[in-house]
Amino acid sequence: MSDLSVNKGQPNMSGFVVPVVGGLGLILGFLTGNVVGAPLVGLLLGAVIGAVLAVVLNRMVPNKAMGRWAVILGFAVIGFLFGGLGGAVGGALIGAIISWFAYWIGRGTYRKSVPIYYTRGQTLWWNSFLFVCGAIFVFLITPILVVLPLSFNAEDFFTFTPEMLRLDPEGYSLKHYRDFFQTDDWQLALKNSLVIAPIATIISVSLGTLAAIGLSQSHVPFRRPIMAILISPMIVPLIISATGMFFFYSTLGNFLEGSLGMSKSLVGYIKVILAHAVLGIPFVIITVTATLVGFDRSLTRAAANMGADPVTTFFRVQMPLILPGVISGGLFAFITSFDEVVVVLFVGSAAQKTLPWQMFIGLREQISPTILAVATILVVISIGLLATVELLRRRSERLRGMSPG
Amino acid sequence: MKLTKTLLATTALTVAAGSAMAESHMASDMTLVSWGGAYQSSQQKAYVEPYQANNPGVNVVWDESSNEAVAKLRAMNEAGNITWDLVDVVASDAIRLCDEGLAMEIDPEADLAAAPDGTSAEDDFGDLLVSDCFIPQIVYSTTFGYRTDMVGDTPPTSVCAVFDTEAYPGKRALEKRPINNMEWALLCDGVAKEDVYDVLETPEGQDQALAKLDTIKDDVIWWSAGADTPQLLADGEVVMGSTYNGRLFSVIEEQDQPVAMLWDAQVFDLDGWIIPAGLSDERLARVKDFVKFATDTQRLADQAKYISYGPARQSSAPLVGQHAELGIDMAPHMPTDPNNATNTFLYNYEFWADYRDDIDAKFQAWLAQ
Repeated sequence: MSDLSVNKGQPNMSGFVVPVVGGLGLILGFLTGNVVGAPLVGLLLGAVIGAVLAVVLNRMVPNKAMGRWAVILGFAVIGFLFGGLGGAVGGALIGAIISWFAYWIGRGTYRKSVPIYYTRGQTLWWNSFLFVCGAIFVFLITPILVVLPLSFNAEDFFTFTPEMLRLDPEGYSLKHYRDFFQTDDWQLALKNSLVIAPIATIISVSLGTLAAIGLSQSHVPFRRPIMAILISPMIVPLIISATGMFFFYSTLGNFLEGSLGMSKSLVGYIKVILAHAVLGIPFVIITVTATLVGFDRSLTRAAANMGADPVTTFFRVQMPLILPGVISGGLFAFITSFDEVVVVLFVGSAAQKTLPWQMFIGLREQISPTILAVATILVVISIGLLATVELLRRRSERLRGMSPG
Repeated sequence: MKLTKTLLATTALTVAAGSAMAESHMASDMTLVSWGGAYQSSQQKAYVEPYQANNPGVNVVWDESSNEAVAKLRAMNEAGNITWDLVDVVASDAIRLCDEGLAMEIDPEADLAAAPDGTSAEDDFGDLLVSDCFIPQIVYSTTFGYRTDMVGDTPPTSVCAVFDTEAYPGKRALEKRPINNMEWALLCDGVAKEDVYDVLETPEGQDQALAKLDTIKDDVIWWSAGADTPQLLADGEVVMGSTYNGRLFSVIEEQDQPVAMLWDAQVFDLDGWIIPAGLSDERLARVKDFVKFATDTQRLADQAKYISYGPARQSSAPLVGQHAELGIDMAPHMPTDPNNATNTFLYNYEFWADYRDDIDAKFQAWLAQ
C-alpha cells in the first residue's frame, strides 16, 4: 500500500518520465525540423531536449509556474533568433506544450483524473481517449481557423507568404474585404442571398409548421407516407433533386413568363425561392414535430372548451409554446438556403447568383482570397446563428420544465 | 366572376404592354457568359463599360460558366429556357455547338463591323472564322511557366525540359486532358513537328506519346481550371506548369512572382462569342447590337490593355498599346509577338474533332493505372 502511494506521487524517472517526454520532444523536434529543412537533426535534438527538460524541470525546478515560463521564454527567444516574430510565437507554443507535458508526466498529474484502483493499461486508455477527443476537435476546427488569417493575405494567392509567417504587417491587408464590398459581382450575390434566403425561410416555416401540426394529429390518414414525402428533399441526393427541379421549374418559368407576362428576373427569383423553400421544409417539420412531442394536448382541448376556435387556439396557445422549435427550424432553413450551391446553379440564372454560387465559380476559375474573406464573414454569421439556436433550445427546455404535466 | 374578368383584363394588358415594348425597344438586360477572372474583367472594361456609357440603362449580368457551356446550353435547349444571351467559348466548343444547332449562324458582313479602313469583317478576321457561328475575339496560347528560383543557373529554353526530371527536378503541372500534352510528348520523343499529327493518328503513336508521358507521371500534378497552375507556381509546389499565357502574364507582371515564360512549342487557340439559338427578337436585337460594338477594331485592341491575349482582327494589331495600370508595352507579351512565336502549334480542330473521344478514353485509362 505504501509502495503504491509512493509510486503515485513520484513516477519512475529514468524508466518512464524521461522516455515519454523525450518521445514528445522527438515528435515536436521532427515537425520543427521539417519546417527548417532538417527533419533528422530536429528529431534527435528534440528527443535530447525533451529528455533533459524532463529531468531538469522535475528535479531542479519545483516551482511549476516558474519552470514553465522559463521554458516558454527560452524557446521563444530561440525561435526569434531563427525565424523572427513568427518563430518566436512557434517557439513559445512548443515550449508551452513540452513544459506542460514534462510536469504532467513527471508529477503523476495524469493519474489525477482516474480512480486510484486503475491499472496502467486503464490509465493509458483513459488518457489516450482524451487525446483522441482533443485530436478530433483539432481536425474539425483547424481547416476553418486556417482560412481566417489567409483572408488577410496581401497577395492574390492562397499562400502563407514569408511576410505573413514573420507577422510582418506588410504581409497583411484588408484588400480582399474591400474587394468583396466594392465588386459588383459580389454585391449582387450578397443582395441575392439576402433576398432569397429570408423569403424562402418564411415560406418553409409557414408550410413546415402547418404540416408538422397536421401530421401530429392522430386522425390524419397516411401520416407516415406523407411525412416521408415531405422529408424526402433532405434524403434524396441533392444533385438528383436539382436535375428534376431544373426541368420542372423551367416549364413553370416558361408558363409564368410566356402566359402571364411576368418579367424574366422576377420569374428567376420565384423559381429559386420556391426551390429553396422545398429544401428548407424538412428541417422545419423535424424540429417542430420534436417540439410538439412535449406539447400538452389537453391545453388545446381546454381552449376549445372555453370557446376558442382552432385558429385562435393555434395563435394564442400552441404557437407561443412551440415557438422555439419553429425558430430553430427557421434558422436551419435559412442556413440551408444561404449555403446552397447545387440547386441554385441548376435552377437559377446568373441574375440570381447567390454567395455560394459566386464562391464556387470563383474557386474554380480564379483562386482569389476574396473567397476566404467571404468565408470568414459567413463563418462569423453561422456561429451567431447557431449560438441563437442553442440559446433557444435552452429556453425551450426551461419552459418545458416549468409547464404543467 | 368579376374577379376573373379583372384578372384576365390585367393579364391581357400586361401582355399587350410587353409586346408593345418589344416593337420599339431592344431588351435592356443581357446575360453574358465568360470565364471569370482577369479575362472576364478585361471584357468588362474593354467592351461592356464603353457600351453601357453609350447605352445607359442596359444592365449586364455575368455568368462564369464558359467551362460547361456546351452541357448547359444542351440542357437549356431541352428545357426550352435559354437564359444566356451571349456565350464566350473556345473555338472547338463553338464548332460543336454550331453542329448541334445550339448556336446561331452569323453573317460576318451584316452582323460584324468593318475595319476603319473599310476592309470587310470577313477579310479582317480571315482564317480565324473557323465556324459559321463563331465570332473570334482573341488568340491565346497554352504554354509553360517556370519558377526562376527553382531551375538553377540554366533556365529551360525548350518544352522538353518538362520531360527532363534530372535537369529540372520537382513537380510539373499539366492539364488533365490529352490535348497539347500528347503533342508535346511526341515532339520531345523525337517526332518531327510536321509529323506529329500523322503519328498521333495511329494507335502506336498514341501509345508512344503515353509512354513518354509515363516517364514523368509520378512528377505531374494534373490541373483542370486555369487558376490552378498560377496558384501552384506561386506556392512553389511545382517547378513548371502549363496554363494560358494571360494567366502567366498576370502572375509575372501583376502579381510579381518569380516566374518566367517558356514560349517554346506554345499552342495557339481561339476564343470568341457565340449567340445561342432560340432567343426572342428583342433579346436578339440587343445582343447583335452589342456584339457588333464589342468586336470592332478598337474594342478588340482595347482588351489587350488589360490582358496579354492577341486581338483576333488584323486591323487591331497596330493599335495594341500599353497595359492600363502597369504602363508596360503589351506587344512583347503577346503570344503572337515574333520573339515568342519562334516555335508554335495551332490547335488542330479537325484532328481533335475526329480523334478526341478515342484518345480521351485512352488517356483517362492511362491516368487511372
